[in-house]
Amino acid sequence: MRRYFGRKLLVYALTFAVAVTVNWMIPRFMPGDPVASMLARANVSQPQAVEAMRTYYTNLFGLDEPLWRQYLNFWGALFRGDFGTSIWVFPTPVSTVIMGAVPYTLGLMIPSVLLSYFVGNRIGAYAARRKLLDNTVLPVGYVLTATPYMWLAVLLAWGLGVVAGVFPVAGGYSFSIRPSLSADFLLDLLHHWVLPFFSLFLVALGGWAIGMRNMIIYELESDYSNYLSALGAPQRLIRRYAFRNAMLPQITGLALQLGVLVAGALVTEIVFAYPGLGSLILKAIQNQDFFLLQGIFLFIVLGVLIANFVIDIVYVLVDPRTRTGMAGASA
Amino acid sequence: MSLRVTDLRVHYKTLKGDVRALDGVSFDVGDGEILGLAGESGCGKTTLGKSLIRMDGRMRHVGGKVELDGEELPIGDDRRMNPFRFHKVSLVPQYSMSAMNPTRKIGRMVGELLRSRGVALDQATLESRLDLVGLPREVLQRYPIELSGGMKQRMVMVISTLLDPSLLIADEITSALDVSTQKSVATALAGFRESGVVKSMVFITHDLSLTYQIADTIMVMYAGKLAEKAPAKTMVEAPRHPYTKLLIDSLPEVGVRHTERRLAGIAGSPPSLLDPPAGCRFRDRCPLAFDRCAQEPPPVEVEPGHVVACWKADA
Ligand SMILES: Nc1ncnc2c1ncn2[C@@H]1O[C@H](COP(=O)(O)OP(=O)(O)OP(=O)(O)O)[C@@H](O)[C@H]1O
Ligand code: SF4
Ligand SMILES: [Mg+2]
Repeated sequence: MRRYFGRKLLVYALTFAVAVTVNWMIPRFMPGDPVASMLARANVSQPQAVEAMRTYYTNLFGLDEPLWRQYLNFWGALFRGDFGTSIWVFPTPVSTVIMGAVPYTLGLMIPSVLLSYFVGNRIGAYAARRKLLDNTVLPVGYVLTATPYMWLAVLLAWGLGVVAGVFPVAGGYSFSIRPSLSADFLLDLLHHWVLPFFSLFLVALGGWAIGMRNMIIYELESDYSNYLSALGAPQRLIRRYAFRNAMLPQITGLALQLGVLVAGALVTEIVFAYPGLGSLILKAIQNQDFFLLQGIFLFIVLGVLIANFVIDIVYVLVDPRTRTGMAGASA
Repeated sequence: MSLRVTDLRVHYKTLKGDVRALDGVSFDVGDGEILGLAGESGCGKTTLGKSLIRMDGRMRHVGGKVELDGEELPIGDDRRMNPFRFHKVSLVPQYSMSAMNPTRKIGRMVGELLRSRGVALDQATLESRLDLVGLPREVLQRYPIELSGGMKQRMVMVISTLLDPSLLIADEITSALDVSTQKSVATALAGFRESGVVKSMVFITHDLSLTYQIADTIMVMYAGKLAEKAPAKTMVEAPRHPYTKLLIDSLPEVGVRHTERRLAGIAGSPPSLLDPPAGCRFRDRCPLAFDRCAQEPPPVEVEPGHVVACWKADA
């Protein structure tokens, strides 16, 4: 068991190191002077300010030091949580900017991923047993999964936001309200959250439902199900086993889907101008804010790796086969 | 008489029409008797075994009846058949290697299965059955993947016979095992009969010589029909049906060492069961075929307990 997780952790650590290294390399090995081009694009008009920023960035990049030292410095800064300073909202540290956006992204992603996962699996399991339900779940599911995140988001924004006017179509909260812990603000927050959440939830839902339906049907035709039926066991017991066993590949599926889900969330945020990481990426690109972009990417990589590790742990907890396999390996 | 099957007809519904996999089969199995069912691939052995306990969705009970201990089994009615399953008729399936839920500890699965059938788990019985087949008690604390093939096979045998069924069907339970394991599994099966756990047994296999070792009576099927049924010794020493003769001839020294020999070596192949020709179904391959074989030979009891379906049975 310990060996298994040790190995997994090592793989994740390596992945992270590679991501960081690539992130470090890009500005340094790009043709041209990153600092100069950044300053040129930053549209700073006062010469003093330009000079100040040039000094700052040259120091920051540590361009006068040998490469290996620059590399180590970069890691050192990283461990101190120092992602550099944003250009777009100079001189706010990148980490502060990111932390301001993270709650929005997580607030969207975690509920939509978990809820679509559980609801989708439930629907799929029901569909596998009822013909009528199956005939509706299957086509609807396929349409939903085939829908691009952006498209569904635009559709919802247009239908429920613009036409019906039930929900706001942009922002994390109304401009007229100051962020605070008041009930008004929280309600407003929730109001803005509904549409982006719902579009994320819907697209993911179809995939889980279809996956679960197919897995359950497969499990119900498996040998252990047949054996139990031959011994006259009630459908209740057989379905219970089938559901549990069908759940296991779905957990792996969740790990595999994570990247797609994150990408979907980022795109959806942009459609709804929701103030999370997705919108932040857009701002960073529009403002040529290289540090910010770099910070966001590192942050996302780290988040996905952590989530994957959590799923690994869950999988081991629920599938005895991996546990016994590991016991065998370490014995 | 424990099991009595009369003119049983079971078809598979397919898009091309009915596959007549069992086309009028009659036989009896007595109390304490082990019936070995043999015949080449596709002759309907599995179909017969499944018909006695649980038909799959494509099977149709077209005619004939099955009685167990004097009571008619509603084999075509899945729901009415359910009370008989496990309690009266049980099955050791061909797929025993994968017959147990892989994500449950065996002991827990057995408990859940019994409870679902309204029976309380009797730990003492369970343990004595494990002893009977030579499994350590701690297998109950293990997951199926932690058992070897032969152990899984024996564990399934224990589960299937926990409620002391009157009839046990064992379909090809040895084909996935190596020769020495085959032997121990066959012995364990015979042990269930010896100790009175099961009353009678239908033992299905390709392997005539293995059948010979444990069966009292052997029944050979050909293309959905009974070809010959006789006490094991008679079947091997004095077969009457040309098909059986060819089978036995292809097995030198039956029952001695050549346990790995399978039914093979007869030229040609059986007719399609989708639309079988009239007359004797073995006609195309039979060295003795003559005019009369265009009519179907009825099963005839040539001597007590020896039934042959061939016009030349007396030859
Ligand atoms: N689901 C099915 N649909 C249509 N035909 C089937 C189906 N299952 C079996 N059959 C046909 O029924 C006949 C009998 O099949 P069965 O499985 O009983 O043979 P068997 O004697 O058990 O063969 P084996 O020794 O290979 O296990 C075969 O001709 C087969 O093609
Ligand atoms: S009935 Fe005729 S064809 Fe059929 S086995 Fe006997 S001799 Fe051969
Ligand atoms: Mg078979």
